[in-house]
Amino acid sequence: MSTRIHVTVNGVEYSHFVEPRLLLVNYLRDVLRLTGTHVGCDTSSCGACTIHVNGKATKCCTMLAVQADGCQITTIEGLSHNGELHPLQEGFNECHGLQCGFCTPGMIMTAADLLQHTPQPTEQDIRHALEGNFCRCTGYHNIVKSVQYAAKKISEAAVVH
Amino acid sequence: MIPATFEYEKVTTVDEAIAALSNDDTKILAGGHSLIPAMKLRLNRPAKLVDIGGIRGLKDIKEEDGEIVIGAAASHADIMYHTLIRHHLPLFTEGAAMIGDMQVRNHGTIGGSLAHADPAADWPAMVLAAGAAIEVQGPNGRRRIPATEFFTGLFSTALEPNEIITAVRIPVPANGAKSTYQKFAQPASRFALAACAVMRFADGKTNIAFTGVGENAFRDTGAEQAITGKAIDENTINAAVNAALEGVTVMSDHYASEAYRKHLAKVYLKKALMMVK
Ligand SMILES: Cc1cc2nc3c(=O)[nH]c(=O)nc-3n(C[C@H](O)[C@H](O)[C@H](O)COP(=O)(O)OP(=O)(O)OC[C@H]3O[C@@H](n4cnc5c(N)ncnc54)[C@H](O)[C@@H]3O)c2cc1C
Repeated sequence: MSTRIHVTVNGVEYSHFVEPRLLLVNYLRDVLRLTGTHVGCDTSSCGACTIHVNGKATKCCTMLAVQADGCQITTIEGLSHNGELHPLQEGFNECHGLQCGFCTPGMIMTAADLLQHTPQPTEQDIRHALEGNFCRCTGYHNIVKSVQYAAKKISEAAVVH
Repeated sequence: MIPATFEYEKVTTVDEAIAALSNDDTKILAGGHSLIPAMKLRLNRPAKLVDIGGIRGLKDIKEEDGEIVIGAAASHADIMYHTLIRHHLPLFTEGAAMIGDMQVRNHGTIGGSLAHADPAADWPAMVLAAGAAIEVQGPNGRRRIPATEFFTGLFSTALEPNEIITAVRIPVPANGAKSTYQKFAQPASRFALAACAVMRFADGKTNIAFTGVGENAFRDTGAEQAITGKAIDENTINAAVNAALEGVTVMSDHYASEAYRKHLAKVYLKKALMMVK
């Protein structure tokens, strides 16, 4: 039995018939071919599959595609605009926030949710927010610096405009 | 990992959800953050899921007749960021921030956590300490179950199979109440190896609840009696710590032996009592 879903992913509307058991991460990767969202542990622990559903950081290996019906979804592919990197992407680049890069999309999407709530986070806020994202290269120090870079850049831009 | 096949229905009212539950082997889907992992591991294979995520008003948080009413589908994050909760029930603000991680808090719901009744879940201890009632609805109407009668064993509650939790109701504590949630988290899963919630009312009444310790979360009446109505000082704290866990069967698993868990629980009770001094 299939169910029809309508979703908006990175600003583009899609409609598909899906099996209820199809996980949202598999819908994004296998049906829409958006492979920037990674599957790490597949047990809701590692955070590599983090995307935004209606603006909220979500481990999409633990959500059914049918639950996303009517939702606005943003994946790592939707973060940059007009070829310009998002401040978080720039921060990870500038501060060596990635080594192998596998956890990076999830780290960035989680950090983006943090910065919506807490535009000027303390180091403690950043570490607490990233608790559900694992970096097996253990590059956490530079990840925290990358988020701090982005927070600074976003707040400076807000002052200028 | 992919769940076994199932049917899916998204309902828009509580009555529709209850009607759907009359079929055997149908389960409610709320945040899905306990149920979906279990289905992916095929530990759970319901024939049908009834998604309550679209029921209007079921996420609401409000004050009504001297009670804080938290809709069953409110997420841990909804509760953590809510100003009414911060103002009247800082215990819930503090405790919600300790559940899992940001992504889990964005989706997991208080109703799902209570219905699931994991022996190490956080909400059970907090609702017990706050003196809450769980409001449920079934084919025969609504009833309120005091939190002290709700948790009946390992993953077991007083909820009937065709009932749905609609809200958690907490009497607004009178001014001067102090509370805290002290948790020793298992470092990987963030579930409690032992945790203690304490609510100390202005009149000296003291509610003490543990999770992660026994088969289900519980109020520790022995510890409560040792400190209720008395000043909190070294002597009364020690008396409460000594009285705690009397007659409780403490769990043992590969993370913590019975003796270690018992020790942790007492240390976390002591920390909690020092916080509400
Ligand atoms: C990585 C990870 C870490 C976690 N860490 C913690 C932690 O530290 N502390 C903690 O307490 N929890 C933790 N959890 C569990 C999390 O809080 C769950 O979300 C919660 O326990 C269940 O809520 P849910 O809304 O996701 O329920 P679901 O998974 O949708 O449902 C769980 C069960 O409750 C039933 N149910 C749901 N809603 C209702 C209702 N309104 N009425 C009747 N039955 C209902 C369902 O049928 C199902 O049997 C963690 C989960 C994950 C994945």
